Amino acid sequence: MKYSSTLLEQLYHMMVKIRYTEESLVEPIMNGTVRCPVHLYTGQEAVATGMCTHLTREDYVFGNHRSHGHYLAKGGDLKKMIAEIYCRETGCAKGRGGSMHLISPENGVMGIVPIVAGTISLAVGAAMASKVRKDKRVTLSFFGDGATGEGVLYESLNFASLYKLPIIFVCENNLYSTHMTVKKIRPPQKIAKIASPFGIKSFSSDGNDVLKVYEVSKKAVDYCRSGKGPVFIEFFTYRLRGHVGPDDNIQGSHTEIRPLSEVEKWKKRDPVLRFAKYLISKKVLSQNKINQIIQEVNNEINQAHTFAQNSARPLANEVLEYVFK
Amino acid sequence: MSLNKERKLNFALAINEALTQMLESDPSVMLIGQGVMSPWYVGNTCKDLLEKFGEARVLDTPVSENATTGAAVGAAIAGMKTIVVHPRTDFAVYALDPIINEAANWHYMSGGASNVPVVFWLIVNGGGEQAAQHSQALHTIFAHVPGLKVIAPSTPYDVKGMLIAAINDPNPVVFIDNRSLYGFEESVPEKMYEIPLGKGIIRRKGKDITLVSFSHLAQETLKAAETLALEGIDAEVIDIRTLKPLDEKIIFDSVEKTQRIAIIDSAWKFCGFSAEVVALLAEKTSLEGKSITRINIPDAPAAASNSLEQAYYINAEKIVSRVKNFCSDKVIAN
Ligand SMILES: Cc1ncc(C[n+]2csc(CCOP(=O)(O)OP(=O)(O)O)c2C)c(N)n1
Repeated sequence: MKYSSTLLEQLYHMMVKIRYTEESLVEPIMNGTVRCPVHLYTGQEAVATGMCTHLTREDYVFGNHRSHGHYLAKGGDLKKMIAEIYCRETGCAKGRGGSMHLISPENGVMGIVPIVAGTISLAVGAAMASKVRKDKRVTLSFFGDGATGEGVLYESLNFASLYKLPIIFVCENNLYSTHMTVKKIRPPQKIAKIASPFGIKSFSSDGNDVLKVYEVSKKAVDYCRSGKGPVFIEFFTYRLRGHVGPDDNIQGSHTEIRPLSEVEKWKKRDPVLRFAKYLISKKVLSQNKINQIIQEVNNEINQAHTFAQNSARPLANEVLEYVFK
Repeated sequence: MSLNKERKLNFALAINEALTQMLESDPSVMLIGQGVMSPWYVGNTCKDLLEKFGEARVLDTPVSENATTGAAVGAAIAGMKTIVVHPRTDFAVYALDPIINEAANWHYMSGGASNVPVVFWLIVNGGGEQAAQHSQALHTIFAHVPGLKVIAPSTPYDVKGMLIAAINDPNPVVFIDNRSLYGFEESVPEKMYEIPLGKGIIRRKGKDITLVSFSHLAQETLKAAETLALEGIDAEVIDIRTLKPLDEKIIFDSVEKTQRIAIIDSAWKFCGFSAEVVALLAEKTSLEGKSITRINIPDAPAAASNSLEQAYYINAEKIVSRVKNFCSDKVIAN
């Protein structure tokens, strides 16, 4: 595939934005200013970035507990996200949701919830709405390898296939479901295969190489948008941080969850560093330009934190607000 | 090992001891669910169980609540005594079919030919800015369904005895637990013992008002009663321990004496436990001269923000102020 340097820079910029946003949360989590459970996306930036680049603002995205990257890549507002993570009134869910409930309907981020597999069937429904309206929207449903244990995923695959719905099931296989390795929760078979019995077109791909993600994603989106039906993609990737919070230690005394050698191995495949190296070697970006991008992103992130910290918390007497509309 | 009656154990370790002793003494006992090998999920409640009893009888499962719970029900039908844990009650919502359609109805549907000795162990863990899907106290949904017993013990001593009784009970028992109790320590006998399900207990005797509660709020209520005593309100505190079958008599007798009741429930008011108690009082006793109030969480999902959590959850302080208002004629003017 041929890439314009504008596109390459745009991809890199988004990955840096997600990475530095995630890393900016480490300190506030550790010092207790951020208290809600936060599942960092560090290490998986290429997936959200590569996938969402093909979408228009009108296309739909549904996510799970680890969805900061999906929200940002789909055009969600950084300030509103950080404010939500601080549980402030100015957050995208007005402080009612925290990190696990991001939403931005105006950008097609339709909803994100921590019930594992909880939004997969909802995404199917959104695709169904698109089909009824013939509006050519594509829906992305993001979930992890852990979600492949839930029955609703299989019911959704069946349903989406029967009605040829414009939905892409995106499984981010980061090899762990909380404290359990994927080996403990699944027979050793490619996750991408679970879609075949339903006659759903599927792909698997390196999820740490943004260009590979971009390519497979283009195929999937084109296929889906042309009305041919659902697609399933499995991306192999790795979270470089703990399940919840910065490291595995936070999960109690069970610190031996992931062998250090494994973490080290995956650090070498860090999608952001890897892409930066590639861009430099291809002379698309200079080291100076890269530093400048990082600087700009960091400024934006710092402003978002300041905005969030200066925002008020919801008022106690508004506890019944938003129960019904 | 020792005969020391004063041996202390915290709530989580009392659960652990009940599970250990049941697994040791009865080869038909099995434990299954998410996080049994992870203190991050279930505290110390399942400490060492996997190592001691092996992967056949202690299973840490994939995220598959519906299948896992159904499997626990099926194994119970096939003669095992199973305990299935859901580290958040919210996750067990995926498992309502095997709990409500299958287990609860099974004995009846089969004309008594089969029974289901399973314990559904659900943990509520409100607060910590975890929002709506990590905090729901859904006791009432289960208590509504015939065929299910629902227990919610509040002390280490009780939880050990009631959990053992629940595992040995031939019926499906829903054990709803609260993480905030896990550090609470008291003396717990090492021997195995059972506390019969369906019996409430008076935690504090008093004459001015009856306070009825369960689980962690029974402890908060007890604390509140001590403060209220300083204000001249002598409260009787009933820890109901089992929501279904409900020990109505212990409530009726107390209210007969005090003429006042406050029901304190960690869940919503509408169609809930507190509504049931009021209905029973109205149906089965004379309300004349009696006054009734209910203390529940607001009729809203849990919000993440700490400022809203403070307004949302019930604690001893809130109980004190609500009861003081309710008994304003009793408060000593100062
Ligand atoms: C229904 C349900 N069961 C259990 C949980 C607890 N839980 C939160 S995240 C998670 C693991 C998810 O693993 P995966 O889907 O692979 O996503 P990852 O965290 O690896 O990104 C679990 C079991 C939950 N949130 N919802």
